[in-house]
Amino acid sequence: MNGLGTVKNLKTYMPLLRELIVRDLKVKYRRSVLGYLWSLLNPLLMMAILTMVFSQVFRFDIPNYPLYLICGQTLWSFFNESTNQAMYSVLYNGSLLKKVYIPKYIFPVSRVLSSFVTMSFSLLAIVIVLILTRTPVYWTAILFPIPLVFLLLFSIGVGMVLSALSVYFRDVVHLYSVITLAWMYLTPIFYSLEIVPANVRVLIQCNPIYHYITFFRQLILYGQLPAAGTWLFCLLSSMVMLAAGIAVFRKLQRNFILYL
Amino acid sequence: MMQHTIEVNHADMRFNLAEEKTDTIKEYFVKLLKGKLHFSEFYAVRDVSFTVQRGESVALIGRNGSGKSTLLKMIAGVLYPSRGTVTVRGSIAPLIELGAGFDMELTARENIYLNGAVLGHDRDFMNAHFQEVVEFAELQEFLDVPMKNYSSGMVARLGFAIATIVRADILLVDEILAVGDYKFQQKCHERMSRLLADGTTLLFVSHNEDQVKELCGKAVWLDHGRMMATGDVNEVYEAYHRAVD
Repeated sequence: MNGLGTVKNLKTYMPLLRELIVRDLKVKYRRSVLGYLWSLLNPLLMMAILTMVFSQVFRFDIPNYPLYLICGQTLWSFFNESTNQAMYSVLYNGSLLKKVYIPKYIFPVSRVLSSFVTMSFSLLAIVIVLILTRTPVYWTAILFPIPLVFLLLFSIGVGMVLSALSVYFRDVVHLYSVITLAWMYLTPIFYSLEIVPANVRVLIQCNPIYHYITFFRQLILYGQLPAAGTWLFCLLSSMVMLAAGIAVFRKLQRNFILYL
Repeated sequence: MMQHTIEVNHADMRFNLAEEKTDTIKEYFVKLLKGKLHFSEFYAVRDVSFTVQRGESVALIGRNGSGKSTLLKMIAGVLYPSRGTVTVRGSIAPLIELGAGFDMELTARENIYLNGAVLGHDRDFMNAHFQEVVEFAELQEFLDVPMKNYSSGMVARLGFAIATIVRADILLVDEILAVGDYKFQQKCHERMSRLLADGTTLLFVSHNEDQVKELCGKAVWLDHGRMMATGDVNEVYEAYHRAVD
């Protein structure tokens, strides 16, 4: 497909992308009494439990721990949820892809975007924690969408790779749950980078999600602008991942239908 | 030069039966080592060529498993030919399986927008045609019921109503008129005849000879993926009957 065709395609299927996102949001909380409120309650309750565990039992000494925690946790759970959902998206919509022509990338992309919308509701939980902990609000906080966009692009890239691979090998689904577990522990969500030994620290610093979370925390928690190196790393890692996702998906999508 | 609406040029559709069963990485490598990855090939469609001009209606006939639906899916853009080319000029309304784009957890109202979007219509367009769809499908009372509670006939009715709201250049129809009661079949039939009169190109798969002869002027006969004959519908049927009997 040439560039112009893709753009035209994108325009024709924008309504579908929108409908799919709306569908995901509707189905997610259908038949639950509290509905969308769960997107707010869930991170708050998780944060409360983790704060108790890690500040009472393990005694991490991080100032304003609840806020530190919920920032990391919100971003991580977006990444975790969106890539997992995206991984199944092509498989689940197999019956549709067999009957109607639809650009296939629309499924992983719509999944990641609907998780992104859910995460936006969860941001309200961060605001609540900000108020409850009486944290001063810095002007840098208004830049908060920047790290989120980096994370979004990165997640779309990962989601596209996973959704394409899982069509060919169902093993990917099982493998990825182990990978995300390791990945989570390599991301300073509930601990700080300083407490880890130097050799592990190098590993963590290669983890793009660590940088997105740090970027976000610096803006909200410490009122600092990240160093130029962080900007560059975030920009490069998200772009490279997105490009890799598109490339892998493009190459593999041609024969999807034979495996669905 | 005359522009054909549909041009199928020496198209093959090859499935790899062995490959289809390779679901895990371990199996994949085992088969790779044994050299069995491309072992049992199966041609669903083999070296088929024909053209359809604008406004023509063509039937695909043949026994079960002769490749009719596969060919239709290749024209719809769902399957890519393994060799040869399939060129289509114009917009397609696929009536291959009605309601393929429905989410059964959602209500009919929500599904009308979703399915419309699958066919490339935006929200404003669907708002404008919402009433028309509901009336044609005769589902006024059940609009806010989740579609998992619908009967198959109701699902098909809604699918047909949505797929035919716009006058597409090409209509691909696969055995769908068998569903629904007599009265609804009549309605579908009427709407299709009207679309044909307006210059829509039709590609029709059916085992109902009377229906085929009524709607189509030309026919393509497939047997085991190969094209046996093409031309005037009556002549092709004659040859087909002679071969089958």
